[in-house]
Amino acid sequence: MSHAEIMTGNQAAAWGAKLSKVQVISAYPITPSTPITETISQWVERGEFKTEYIRVESEHSVMTVCVSASTVGARTFTATCSHGLLYMHEQLHWAAGSRLPIVMACVNRAVGAPWSIFNDQQDSIAQRDTGWIQIYCRDNQEILDSIIQAYRIAEQVYCPVMVCFDGFILSHTMMPVEIPDAEAVCRFLPPYQPHTILKPETPRNINPVIFPWQRRDAEGVLRDGYMDMRWKLQHALEGSRAAIVETGRAYAEAFGRDHGGMLWTYRTEDAEVLIAGMGSLATEATTAADILRDEGIRAGVVGVRVYRPFPREEIREAFKNAPAICVFEKNISYGYEGALSADIKAALYGAGIRTPIHNFIAGLGGRDVKARELAEAVRSSLSAIAAGTSERQTWLNCVTE
Amino acid sequence: MHEVIWHGRGGQGVVIAAQILAESAYLQGFKGVTSAPTFGPERRGAPLIAFTRISDTPIRTFAQIEKADIAVVLDQSLLSVVDVLGTLKPRGLLLINTPQKPEEVAVKGCLNIATVDATAIALRFHLLKEGAPMVNTPMLGVLSRASGLVSPEYMEKGLKWKMTGTAAATNIAALRAAYEETNMKKLS
Repeated sequence: MSHAEIMTGNQAAAWGAKLSKVQVISAYPITPSTPITETISQWVERGEFKTEYIRVESEHSVMTVCVSASTVGARTFTATCSHGLLYMHEQLHWAAGSRLPIVMACVNRAVGAPWSIFNDQQDSIAQRDTGWIQIYCRDNQEILDSIIQAYRIAEQVYCPVMVCFDGFILSHTMMPVEIPDAEAVCRFLPPYQPHTILKPETPRNINPVIFPWQRRDAEGVLRDGYMDMRWKLQHALEGSRAAIVETGRAYAEAFGRDHGGMLWTYRTEDAEVLIAGMGSLATEATTAADILRDEGIRAGVVGVRVYRPFPREEIREAFKNAPAICVFEKNISYGYEGALSADIKAALYGAGIRTPIHNFIAGLGGRDVKARELAEAVRSSLSAIAAGTSERQTWLNCVTE
Repeated sequence: MHEVIWHGRGGQGVVIAAQILAESAYLQGFKGVTSAPTFGPERRGAPLIAFTRISDTPIRTFAQIEKADIAVVLDQSLLSVVDVLGTLKPRGLLLINTPQKPEEVAVKGCLNIATVDATAIALRFHLLKEGAPMVNTPMLGVLSRASGLVSPEYMEKGLKWKMTGTAAATNIAALRAAYEETNMKKLS
């Protein structure tokens, strides 16, 4: 039987891994993701979670353990953030290039220098081009549900998935979460059946140095060169949209909760301004939209749930009638603008949409972002857009002089 | 939505109190509850705050509370260190752990004050942790009495979520005592 409990985002992530019957877990502690692996290790110690828990000396080794375990056919999980994630960076490429369905919880945290343990999304955005699917959660229920969904997606398309949620804001905030029935989860997510498993009986050399061109192997079969294999990764990521959307639908059917596939919308039907964002910032934006509507400004929210693969078509559809767009995000591509804003603009270019887009960089290093402040920012943007400013970058609540 | 801000010192059980209130309110039927610590590392003895939000509908805001409906002060010495009234709405409810009566408390400009000697109650029921009286559960009793937001019955159920056996029984007794011994002043 499913039942509800009050829990933190970290506990929700641990439940997601437990219900997914993960077989191998490796992790190295880092704030604010540590309680995920603490919770899991307690379950393992008490015999409540049958899984192989492998302790190592660094995050780089964590991901090598995940790569190895996944290569021999195990369903594999880890959790990290910030500097831990950055330290894994090389192995993240390796996991995606090896087409392994590893799932990771990334508890978004700022990166140094200077040191910050607080939330923003610079850590996972900096991994954007590693070939991992990235899902951003807006509340603790979505964290639990998304980890289960992530395995079903990853094991269909053979790509690793990063389930991202905001450090402290979700990871340490308690709220009601429905824990689905374990058997129902088993039906939704059957055991992992990999197409190949590395076994001692059939030894193989995996991922050796590969040449730029295609080559015939010892049996005379024409094999891919590096670039052909990398195109397949790109093709798989692009193609994973269908699996992500289908998984979301199937989950809604089985458990009654629909978090949206690639993106979700809130009060967008007649909107004169659309607010875009990812994660808890997008949740806060729904409250800002309510405030604005109470004042007579028809605001709506587009929450980007999946950032890679980017929801190109869904973005075009969601924004096609919007007279104004404000993108709020907790990252900055230094020397340009917020990564989400840049990607939304690129997606709209292909559809010939020339809506004014204002980009707000917000909440870096844990700076609090209130719905009231988002509403004020949107009002200021609408005035500037009415005065002809079609493009603008603002650092919210930040000394910029 | 009802917003509660908890003022205490590291080690006093501020975060646990905020969580028990959320759990109790959820059990009583509120669909939306959140409880959050001050985001960051904790230090024993340092002033810290925690938040509880309670609503009839799921909560879609995670920002820190600016002006709460209820402010709970677990340690009276904080009143001269922290701008507690600055975290409370003009007609908000202020709950203080103190042997003083509401009219004796040195707080100017607050209309609704309730007090209880939570430290004495904690000592009476031997609620001690590393030698210090645990005043967090008595303050839940004061909150129940003075606000009427969550009944003492559901506070007890919420408490049992965090503790069992003798610990639960003693804390419930302390919560009940604080409920009975609450002093209230309502000038509004």
